[in-house]
Amino acid sequence: MYTTEMSKTVKPIEVAEDPALVEAFEARVAADEFIEPKDWMPDAYRKTLVRQISQHAHSEIVGMLPEGNWITRAPSLRRKAILLAKVQDEAGHGLYLYCAAETLGTSREQMIDALHSGKAKYSTIFNYPTLTWADIGAIGWLVDGAAIMNQVPLQRTSYGPYARAMVRVCKEESFHQRQGYEIMIALANGTPEQRRMAQDALNRWWWPSLMMFGPPDDNSPNTERSMRWRIKRETNDELRQKFVDITKPQADYLGLTIPDAALAWNEEKGGHDYGEIDWEEFYAVVRGEGPVARERMEARRKAWDDGAWVRDAAAAHEAKRQAKAAA
Amino acid sequence: MPSLPTIEKDVERHARNAPDGGAFDAPADVHEAAIADYVQRLGDDSLILGQRLSEWCGHAPVLEVDLSLANIALDLIGQATNFLSIAGDADRLAFHRDVLDWKNCWLVEQPNGDFARTMARQFLFSTWQHMLLQRLAESTHEGIAAVAAKAVKEVAYHRELAADWVVRLGDGTDESARRMADGLEWCWRFVPELFEVDETLAGLIERGVAADPRDFADDYRAAIAATLAEANLGQPADQRPILGGRRGHHSEHLGHLLAIMQYLPRTYPQATW
Repeated sequence: MYTTEMSKTVKPIEVAEDPALVEAFEARVAADEFIEPKDWMPDAYRKTLVRQISQHAHSEIVGMLPEGNWITRAPSLRRKAILLAKVQDEAGHGLYLYCAAETLGTSREQMIDALHSGKAKYSTIFNYPTLTWADIGAIGWLVDGAAIMNQVPLQRTSYGPYARAMVRVCKEESFHQRQGYEIMIALANGTPEQRRMAQDALNRWWWPSLMMFGPPDDNSPNTERSMRWRIKRETNDELRQKFVDITKPQADYLGLTIPDAALAWNEEKGGHDYGEIDWEEFYAVVRGEGPVARERMEARRKAWDDGAWVRDAAAAHEAKRQAKAAA
Repeated sequence: MPSLPTIEKDVERHARNAPDGGAFDAPADVHEAAIADYVQRLGDDSLILGQRLSEWCGHAPVLEVDLSLANIALDLIGQATNFLSIAGDADRLAFHRDVLDWKNCWLVEQPNGDFARTMARQFLFSTWQHMLLQRLAESTHEGIAAVAAKAVKEVAYHRELAADWVVRLGDGTDESARRMADGLEWCWRFVPELFEVDETLAGLIERGVAADPRDFADDYRAAIAATLAEANLGQPADQRPILGGRRGHHSEHLGHLLAIMQYLPRTYPQATW
């Protein structure tokens, strides 16, 4: 799935750091070298990455819920199997990403605590509900499509472990995207009820998908530094534009209408113009006021709390086993 | 007494070459029906359990467990598809049969309960399924043998994973041991059904199509006992067996499960997905 810098309230932490070290670091980054866990890095670089990678990991985990909502109701055995495989991939992505973040000196427990306490964010998109089966198609097509758009450049992000995680994630993600689009094709070519479902899903998921790219460039305080440090390779607006340009013909092929009256090809810029995003809604969802934000967090916390005795048992058993082995 | 028809040469030759050479046998369509019934039992077990495990998605105690439960569910859905395809259109069978036509055992339709109950169910079922599939890989029915040969590798992993959790929970904390014992106790009355042999099954066993579960009942008991011993758990006291699933007589849980699973294909019968 996906993450982007969403919080505009984070203040850059300016700590006096050895200018020679900073200069050497920036030179390495500028030369497109990968930074590895044992290398020196500015504290702010480390913190930004921990925030971004863990946010990305949390998005994978919370993202299991809207799709998991439909596994038991998938309309054919093949669709059920594909959805199960996809949700498994997402859990796997979460694992890679938590591991990548741990190389920066944090721990999975700390990251999960931050998620459950509401301190850490996850992608705004998962705070929207999956109402119909078509939503599963739309999520694959649009949400995973947006994720890929963001993650392909991250394969060249400056932090080695994150870049390598992205290489693996992107392969699976593009497969998910194609599967989602295939669901949409079946619905778009189906009965009138199926077409209605497909159009309605596009109507509801289109704008939230555009919001996945984060705030506009002129309101994205971390972008400049993230670009200089090559944590980000392209700006939010550049990626959003690419997404619109690629997705519009896909909607045309389905015979579905993108819910944006202002959407039009602009010959001069060689891309589509599109309407204004409702930024008030975006920031509300970032704040945790999305339609099913409370349900998502409640489900995660409940799973964690209900599972405490299982984790305790596993730890107790492991301790006994080791004591036995030592004796 | 009416005279017997003349037996032609080619009929004699055909009879000699038939796989069940010499045995009195029912007409082909009876066999077809029995085989269809049997693969539905096998497929329904896998599908219903896969459906139950899918309910865990996103709600497991830890991410690794979420992954392994989804993994097992996916294997089971695959097996169900393969077994049901032997009987006909797998989707038709999965989404357009009502309770009385489902042939899964009671054990797999039990609600998930807590993690211990889910693991008890998995351990008791996968251990049985593994022993069964090992034998079914030798079935005289090629299709069944092929599906079983693929599935047996998957189920070996399910069995091991479930047994590991039984040990971890049984030999973990006091609370986990109590919950594990409760889970086993809950599921125990459904075990005898796994070894029930009715007329349909007996006929198929005779022809080498089906495996006789009674042949591995002792091995099964020994395997379960060994894991329970490792888990420091006692064996639950035997209870009156609950039977009927193979004949479509189920618990109250199955109807609800089907209502969820089948609602889309039933609401839009003209649609393809």
